Amino acid sequence: MTLAAEDTERSDAGRGGRSRAGARRFDPGRLGAALLPWALPIVLVIVWELASRTGLMSARLLPAPSKVAVAFWKALVDGSLVTHTLVSTQRAFIGLAIGGGLGFALGLLNGLSRRAETLLDSTLQMVRNVPHLALIPLVILWFGIDEEAKIFLVAVGVFFPIYINTLHGVRTVDGQLVEMAEVYGLDRRALVTRIILPGALPSILVGLRYALGFMWLTLIVAETISASSGIGYMTMNAREFLQTDVVLLGIIIYALLGKLADSATRLVERRVLAWHPAYQAPKEAGR
Amino acid sequence: MSLAATARTPDAGTAAAPALPGGLPIQLVAATKSFGDREVLRELSLDVAPGSFLAVVGRSGGGKSTLMRLVAGLDQPTRGRVAIDGEAVTRRHPDVRLLFQEARLVPWQTVEGNVGIARGPDWRASAGRVLADVGLAGREGDWPSVLSGGQRQRVALARALVGAPRILLLDEPFGALDALTRLEMHKLLERIWLSRGFTTILITHDVAEAVALADRVVVLREGRIALDVDVPLARPRRELADPQAVALQAEILDAV
Repeated sequence: MTLAAEDTERSDAGRGGRSRAGARRFDPGRLGAALLPWALPIVLVIVWELASRTGLMSARLLPAPSKVAVAFWKALVDGSLVTHTLVSTQRAFIGLAIGGGLGFALGLLNGLSRRAETLLDSTLQMVRNVPHLALIPLVILWFGIDEEAKIFLVAVGVFFPIYINTLHGVRTVDGQLVEMAEVYGLDRRALVTRIILPGALPSILVGLRYALGFMWLTLIVAETISASSGIGYMTMNAREFLQTDVVLLGIIIYALLGKLADSATRLVERRVLAWHPAYQAPKEAGR
Repeated sequence: MSLAATARTPDAGTAAAPALPGGLPIQLVAATKSFGDREVLRELSLDVAPGSFLAVVGRSGGGKSTLMRLVAGLDQPTRGRVAIDGEAVTRRHPDVRLLFQEARLVPWQTVEGNVGIARGPDWRASAGRVLADVGLAGREGDWPSVLSGGQRQRVALARALVGAPRILLLDEPFGALDALTRLEMHKLLERIWLSRGFTTILITHDVAEAVALADRVVVLREGRIALDVDVPLARPRRELADPQAVALQAEILDAV
């Protein structure tokens, strides 16, 4: 189950700390492979910095990376960055827990019971076709610009990817395995926990990754339109004072948070899908 | 995962097994099964002696699998009666195991987890024992995806053996294996059947396989028994062209 060989192919945040004892030896080849995905971003940043310094690009439209770094440092020192990031992250994950939890529960219910699906699915599909961001005016009327508004929107945004993928996952579990489980005397509960849920898990995790994308997207929009804290508020506020560097910083923070959430899901995927041939390292000789 | 099982030799597993209960008799009395207008089994009567090895041969659509599903309790006869040990089969019988055409291993369970899929009492120990019995000692922790086709069917067989079944139903379990692996599986199945003494019904379209393994061969054609012959060959069988076996095969092929 050691995923050593795969580590060279992917570079994930947090992998350094997790490497096994065997992988800890220094190996320039491995290091190079791990850095490769970062080569292009680094080159781009250098070009960008040069373009700003030489005046090729107006600093008001796009400030140099070094300016953004300074803005980052300032925001970090005065504590506003940490506060805003924490507020945003908290909103995002509360929304994910509510919407994702509901999506998972309903997906499982409708996947297991034809009757529930007949009753609920067409309604849900109808609601799904409403872009959830179109609800913003209504949500502001309902909740004002309080926390509930943002959390509600995020919950709606993550609900559908998780609902649809859970339903799909449960539905596409190999019927032969289900029949085998019945023949071998598994009861309903064991059938769900031992066969159906693990079988649906790859699909559920795909849903989760989509949901994380929707989660940040929804939050950015919601915070940009109506908020008094959070990264979205920070950037909108900076725009009013033409602080392009802070606006850019906000965008970068969103990108990092998104990437972090995605990497975390990948880690989970590798752990829980260790059985899956796609996640197994090729066997080393003489194992 | 359990290291104790790794050290076990194949024979130790058999020796440690508790006394086996032997096979149960199976009886079909004028059993008819129709799907809509189509009668798949027609007034089929068949007595399978306890502990015997019956092979059911026939073309696709001849009713073989339906017969198996009736005995397994997965389907009910439209008319007539299917009984195990004198009791009508109305649902899954706890002493009956079914081996499918495909191994049907759960990919996210290890070999051990698959064998002990029903998680009976002391399932790890019993899984280790039956795995040793089918020649897979030490593979408890492997994922099914790393096994070969023959090994998968061995795991499936081990899974069927957990809990000392008294009837084993085999639905063309060796059809997808290559010829050499199939011969190995025949030997393994015969050895296990001889040592455990459960009643066995093997569904197959391979006449040579039927003659090589069974005590008795029944040919199903259009839902009826077209031929019912005993196979009086010595055991353990050798897969060689025994003139008596060849003659039997010819007779069965004529009836199919």
